[in-house]
Amino acid sequence: MWDYSDEVLEHFTNPRNVGVIDDPDGIGEVGSMACGDALRLSFKLDNEERIVDAKFQTFGCGSAIASSSILTEMIKGKTLEEAAVITNEDIASELGGLPREKMHCSVMGREALEAAMIDYYKKLGKGVPCTLIKQDVEICSCFQVKKSTIHDAVMQYQLRDIEDVTNHTKAGGGCASCHPDIQHIIDDCWREMNTDDVEDAPDGLVQISGLPGNGDRLEQIREVLENDIARALRTDGGDIELVEIRGNEVHVKLVGACASCPSSQATIKGWVEAQLREHVNEDIEVVEVGK
Amino acid sequence: MSAFNLLEGLPDRPAKGIYLDNNATTAVAPEVREIILPYLTENFGNPSSMHAFGAQAGHAVDTARDQVVSLVGAEMRSEIVFTGGGSESDNLAIVGTLRAYPEKKHIVTTMVEHPAVLGLCRELESRHGYEVTYLSVDGKGTLDLDDLRAAIRDDTAVVSIMAANNETGVIFPTEEIGAIVKAAGSVFHVDAVQTVGKQPVDMTDSTIDLLSLSGHKLHAVKGVGALYVRRGTRLRPLIVGGHQERGRRAGTENVPGLAALGKACELAAAYMAEEQTRVRDMRDRLEQKIVAAVPDCRVNGDTAHRLPNTTNISFDYIEGEGILLLLDRVGIGASSGSACTSGSLEPSHVLKAMGIPFISAHGSIRFSLSRFNTEEEIDYTATVIPRIVERLRAITPFSKQRQTF
Repeated sequence: MWDYSDEVLEHFTNPRNVGVIDDPDGIGEVGSMACGDALRLSFKLDNEERIVDAKFQTFGCGSAIASSSILTEMIKGKTLEEAAVITNEDIASELGGLPREKMHCSVMGREALEAAMIDYYKKLGKGVPCTLIKQDVEICSCFQVKKSTIHDAVMQYQLRDIEDVTNHTKAGGGCASCHPDIQHIIDDCWREMNTDDVEDAPDGLVQISGLPGNGDRLEQIREVLENDIARALRTDGGDIELVEIRGNEVHVKLVGACASCPSSQATIKGWVEAQLREHVNEDIEVVEVGK
Repeated sequence: MSAFNLLEGLPDRPAKGIYLDNNATTAVAPEVREIILPYLTENFGNPSSMHAFGAQAGHAVDTARDQVVSLVGAEMRSEIVFTGGGSESDNLAIVGTLRAYPEKKHIVTTMVEHPAVLGLCRELESRHGYEVTYLSVDGKGTLDLDDLRAAIRDDTAVVSIMAANNETGVIFPTEEIGAIVKAAGSVFHVDAVQTVGKQPVDMTDSTIDLLSLSGHKLHAVKGVGALYVRRGTRLRPLIVGGHQERGRRAGTENVPGLAALGKACELAAAYMAEEQTRVRDMRDRLEQKIVAAVPDCRVNGDTAHRLPNTTNISFDYIEGEGILLLLDRVGIGASSGSACTSGSLEPSHVLKAMGIPFISAHGSIRFSLSRFNTEEEIDYTATVIPRIVERLRAITPFSKQRQTF
């Protein structure tokens, strides 16, 4: 028997905001029958992009239903900008915590929120804000878990092995064929977390090592970062700094508003990396440091 | 805020819970409880000791062994090896056989075995260089015996196949299987943990060499079991060090546990007819009422060859843990093959092997009855199930029309 908190059981037995909103401004559907849990989240906005109503339908266990229910309560009354910073950890802590094996239920909540917001921006023909971009690859095909989800979980909870990752994200819980990929992500994350020394690098000092041809490439990378990325980030009160280039790895540091942004990893991987790959070299890996 | 309560229309939890999870574990029978008590107080001796304290304990072990011999139709006391439970019996049977035949490196089992056997086979495969053939089952959970014939090789040390499946209750034709195994010259092990006490078991003219049983599945206590070892069957021990169980399982005997197991076996024989009649009738009644009242549900497994106490029903479009949580709120204990209840992420390996679609597998519930259930309990359960399913279907995004995003 799971050791569910009173809040989980309360939200399970009395789920708030069950249903689908007619003519919603945004709707997100994540998970699937095969995964064993699925969530449809819809919301309605007022003129100031404030969520005035939210509803959900969930196929899943008690904690999945409770996570969905509390999420609708958490986002109601918030502007999209305010809702965008809600993390899966926020969802879990509002519920008084979730069993370790059930953390993926809160992740599903966060993913449905993202999907619904992206749906809204797309319908509007607006560009999706950088905080929501997740153009990343699916690592676990059994449970359709993306690379960024695994990466974020490892970084946030300092996960050390595949089993922990499975508990948090479901990734790797099926056929196990993605276990090497997950291990690779864990290794990358720990390398990232252990790169403390870059904090001491003076601003603007760029160390170059690795493959030949980096001289030209440095200029190209600087150009893309400045013209395509930094300008856009500055309009949101953030900025990006190039710290180091190691072979194909471009180490950057997000500063200002971006530094504390929970979706910064999505920004880095989904947007910065995509830009650099398109304009400079398709093998580039962007690594966020100093966070 | 839209008000919605999953418990709406459901009764309050009754004073006494309704236990329909007897394939997981069973209530200790009152007679069994009585028999244990002296061994927890004055009769605490070690059966190996040379004094009256020891003699009393030794007598209890002998009695228990006789009672097990009698229930399974063994030829002699020495064919019963007491163990620490069903999993240990399975491990002793399989590993003990492999050690007795070190030149044979192949095992045959099925995809629907209990984790005690499956987990062991995977371990033997991945870490000890054994090759394992896992026989598949069809949609009803039954084996193709031609697959078995094709699977057994000259170097097959042991064929391990359960007597009845713990999740669906589907019974395998052990004697037919055994005839094939014996003709091919392998050792035949049967995990009969779910069968002993529910179905008659007779080793007299059987093809079975090794048979596992567990105390807590037949109203004895946890932590005690036995392995039947046909006379002349080669078997090496797992636990060595003492002379107990004729050197096949060292360690001072669990005297209270064995007394409980013995008494439970005696009672099982006495209540066998009731399992096959009253318990079966209650199971059938529960199943029929649920299937008649709930749309989009199905009974999993071969209903013609099933344990009398078990039914496994899938409720489409909803997930099992929610059903169990609501059942618990109305006082009913059952279990599910859903992924979420186990902490693993995959639905039951048994239902998966049977090819039950995800839409059904995640919402499967197993009800397993015992002689301690009553008709009133069954009717109460049959009344609340349709309501619970309806409430959960009211919040799921899936339906007959929409089965995926």
